[in-house]
Amino acid sequence: MMLAEMKDISIDFPGVKALDRVNFSTATGSVHALIGANGAGKSTLMKVLSGAYGHYTGEILLDGTKVSIRSPRDADDFGIQTVYQEVDTALIPYLTVGENILLKHDRTFINWKKLHRKANEILKDMNIHLSSKKLVKDLTLAEKQMVLIARAVSTECRFLILDEPTAPLSHTETRELFRIVNDLKSRDVGIIFISHRLPEIFEICDQITIMRNGRLVSKDYISKICQNEVIERMLGEKLEEQFPERNLDIGETLYEVRGLADSGKVQDITLTARAGEIIGIAGLVGAGKTELCKTLFGSAKITAGEVWLHGKKLRLRSPHEAVKEGIALVPEERRREGILVEESVSANLSAASLGQFTKAFGFLNEKAENEKAWGIVKNLGIKTPGLETKTKNLSGGNQQKIAIGKWLLTDAEVYIFDEPTKGVDVGAKKDIFKLISALAKRGKAVIYASSELSEVIGITNRLYVLYDGQVVKELQTDRTNEEEILFYSTGGEISGTIKKYPNTAKNIRPF
Amino acid sequence: MELSKNTQTQQRTFDLFDFLYKYGTILTILILIAVFAASNPAFIQGSNVINILRSISIVTIIAIGITISLSVNGFDLSVGSVASLSNAIVISMFVWFSQNTVIAIISALAASLIVGLLNSFMIVKMKIPDMLMTLATMFIIQGIALTYTKGATISQNMVMPDGTFSEGIISQTFKKIGQVPWIIVIMVIAVVLVHIFLTYTKHGRYMYVIGGNIEAAKLSGIPVNKYKILAYVLSAIFASIGGIVLASRVMTAEINAGSPYLMDSVAAAFIGFSVLGSGKPNAIGTFVGAVLIGILQNGLVMMSVPYYSMDIVKGTVLAFALGLTYYKQKH
Repeated sequence: MMLAEMKDISIDFPGVKALDRVNFSTATGSVHALIGANGAGKSTLMKVLSGAYGHYTGEILLDGTKVSIRSPRDADDFGIQTVYQEVDTALIPYLTVGENILLKHDRTFINWKKLHRKANEILKDMNIHLSSKKLVKDLTLAEKQMVLIARAVSTECRFLILDEPTAPLSHTETRELFRIVNDLKSRDVGIIFISHRLPEIFEICDQITIMRNGRLVSKDYISKICQNEVIERMLGEKLEEQFPERNLDIGETLYEVRGLADSGKVQDITLTARAGEIIGIAGLVGAGKTELCKTLFGSAKITAGEVWLHGKKLRLRSPHEAVKEGIALVPEERRREGILVEESVSANLSAASLGQFTKAFGFLNEKAENEKAWGIVKNLGIKTPGLETKTKNLSGGNQQKIAIGKWLLTDAEVYIFDEPTKGVDVGAKKDIFKLISALAKRGKAVIYASSELSEVIGITNRLYVLYDGQVVKELQTDRTNEEEILFYSTGGEISGTIKKYPNTAKNIRPF
Repeated sequence: MELSKNTQTQQRTFDLFDFLYKYGTILTILILIAVFAASNPAFIQGSNVINILRSISIVTIIAIGITISLSVNGFDLSVGSVASLSNAIVISMFVWFSQNTVIAIISALAASLIVGLLNSFMIVKMKIPDMLMTLATMFIIQGIALTYTKGATISQNMVMPDGTFSEGIISQTFKKIGQVPWIIVIMVIAVVLVHIFLTYTKHGRYMYVIGGNIEAAKLSGIPVNKYKILAYVLSAIFASIGGIVLASRVMTAEINAGSPYLMDSVAAAFIGFSVLGSGKPNAIGTFVGAVLIGILQNGLVMMSVPYYSMDIVKGTVLAFALGLTYYKQKH
């Protein structure tokens, strides 16, 4: 067993003290959860340990010996490996799985046979069914993650940092990941597991360290703490009911989709949404939720079917037209699709409604723009030093509020949310739920797509279960539960072997 | 989080690199002026300053077009050829077809409009990467310009294929375009207009948004393709204006006259990224970049550096400026 200790780690960024004298320690052969709200500093702490940030103060000890980790290379030498949340940043898409796994084993000449043999051995060893000759660009997100873990394992890996590994994974993929994590643990690798999903942490971790606002809150054995305690410590306040009350004042049918299909996954989608109603699109990862959302927004080509809004048939050939018709989409990939990381908060908030803030000849009225932007910032509780701050300097939750906030200025009729709580901490989640529910109360139709079943159950009035690009079931939310949704979203009814889901269990509301 | 409190802990110490990033280009210009003036006082005389401004105006005008294409994260390599083509068309209209100034200029602009539309169609609809597509158009347009002039220089009183002398003359009004003060005025107007367009209008904001993150721009309902088309069309039009001004200045249409301006313009636009720390393509920065190149060229001539060694210095300065921009982006 080997002990890694971080002592009195502090780090500053322009404008933010990200870590303030944090102590952290973990040992090999165990899974250690690191948890905290967004902006708590857990990712930063791990970036210090993995050498991504070299300008910290404090010291790092391995087995009691002081070591200097100032660059990823140093961390590498000490056997500290990281798999970041954004897997694509660490992979070379047009190279094969094998080359990606053995990326760091550079010899002058490549022996292709040997390379693939070795890569296959590693994959086989970890029980990953993947050909080492496949190109990485053709892999699913989960498979890419496996490749990264395989790469980490291919070195002398003693500590493996997993930064929100399960966020993009489906249920089965998560199970597969846990199997690998347990396997690594038994081989005396120390795993540091960053996650927002408490049930998972309680399932797989041995110890838990909680952080808040760049400081250490507590370190415990997982057996000595319960979920609510964890949340209280993360938030620093008592936990209340997470989901706002459902809007019961539901009006006429506002939005109707009939037989919609795109050129890819989405087939024969029929759904309706009434004014003031939140409808859920539930389904596992890969069921086509994102594709459906994009098709509804005109971003993917519609090959069949009709979309009606306010009794008017819409032509949706581009997002531009969708926005003009009053449809808004908050996309899943926030940093890539939702916000402009290099632009200021106000430029982001006005991006979808800039026409409102122009004078003759398209000249910008920055005063009006800033006023409106400030209104949104205050209204949504976006934590930012100012309107001119670049959004890349804000935390994930605040970025998401901006991605949503920009649509509040457009006054759309239909709001589509695609996994809006992905990578968002508990506190910001609650704000986002409140916001969505407020939209419904204002008579908007809301479409809420998520693979987090607890959320779909918590916030929607009615839901559609998506399986392989098709709606397989429509359910009334207050008359269903997670098991039933899971049953349909795993293709339960389609397979034909099982009959109807026995509707016995009562509605379970997770924390 | 207590961000308001945290902002006060912001580093107040003097960051040399940050300073260099913001003011490096301007500082370099000042140092160059000081060095050149010290070695030859004639360098800072009014007439030489005018001379420098005149010499950079064509580069600046073409670079302004490149700046617009860069703002949508595009790149237009065909500007040099477009300038050559415009040069040839405008002179031929006078010399071969005895047309008046307005028609000559409009013909040149119309030709560039077609090139711009062709570029944007192939880039936006056929999804050909911009650098490759405009590389192709660069050759095509260069070839068209050469074919059009039959590989010869067009000038007044030139010998026509049938052995007679051409009769058309270049109008006096047109001649004025390439002379001080008009050549400088045209440059300043181009810089100011594009600066206002990019900084103070919705359209400029959209272009930067598209350049920053095209996916997010699309999903914000911005008509991305429309703005990309606009960017390439404007780029071609500014290149064409550059070619017209060039025509007026030399009063002939030499073969491939516009090509040498491509690299200088690209350099000016890229140097412009770092001016005052904007970090993105901008009109004022591009102008400063052009000034830097102009001063360098002028000063080196005055210091009797041979023309064939000039590119060494120019390239070095470009590398330095790019270093400032990209080193900063990494940190």
